[in-house]
Amino acid sequence: MRMSEFVVRDAIIPSLSATTKEAVIRRMVESLRDAGQFRDTDLEDVIRAILKRELLGSTGIGRGVAIPHTKHSSVDRLIGTLAISPNGVAFDSLDGEPVYIFVLLISPQDRPGEHLRALENISRCLRDDAFVRALRNANSREAISELLDQLDS
Amino acid sequence: MDTVPLNNPILRRTIQIANPQGLHMRPSAAFVQMAERFKSNVTITHEGRSVNGKSLWDLLLLAAMPGSELTLEVDGPDANQALDALANLLSSPSVDN
Repeated sequence: MRMSEFVVRDAIIPSLSATTKEAVIRRMVESLRDAGQFRDTDLEDVIRAILKRELLGSTGIGRGVAIPHTKHSSVDRLIGTLAISPNGVAFDSLDGEPVYIFVLLISPQDRPGEHLRALENISRCLRDDAFVRALRNANSREAISELLDQLDS
Repeated sequence: MDTVPLNNPILRRTIQIANPQGLHMRPSAAFVQMAERFKSNVTITHEGRSVNGKSLWDLLLLAAMPGSELTLEVDGPDANQALDALANLLSSPSVDN
């Protein structure tokens, strides 16, 4: 599953001002809610589930990237959003470095394959330093969206 | 390149992924963490693709489904212990829950 498919374009956050793990996750989940991806009544439960997953081990996988995620019954297909933090956020990452690029995923309950293929695509795309640089320099939702489309061409 | 003494043979074992969610981030991170405790080189092959078993980013590339087969290849001074420990980890479903 490719980033261009699962990233909800209207929920992209080009310049994240949040400075803590919890605030980043809250802001990203709210952005998906604002884009109409799930009901407002599920908001707090989704946030709680993602924070609970972080307690089992940070999803900050190094190289300035984190992939906070959860399974939740509020979605019937895998959705995600992408956020860029210009200043970086401490996220207890594996390499101890701040995180600049966040990809947040919410998966349906019983579809491990979609989730695994999303992780594969994220790893493939974000190991490319030129792409990461371009993402971090993109300063609008549209610019980021265009970069995602270019990945497929 | 790491220098590996020629008398260390490559040890191989094929295992089936027991985790009901496949090789997702947590079991992958646990695998890398364990692999890093050993001096030996660790390679994982899945559906024709071979990656470095000490890199979480590499393991995520495999998108290995529950029940699918992986081949572990380990070489180095502590290859025997590494192979046993890593194979046990992958064939145990408990990492997920």
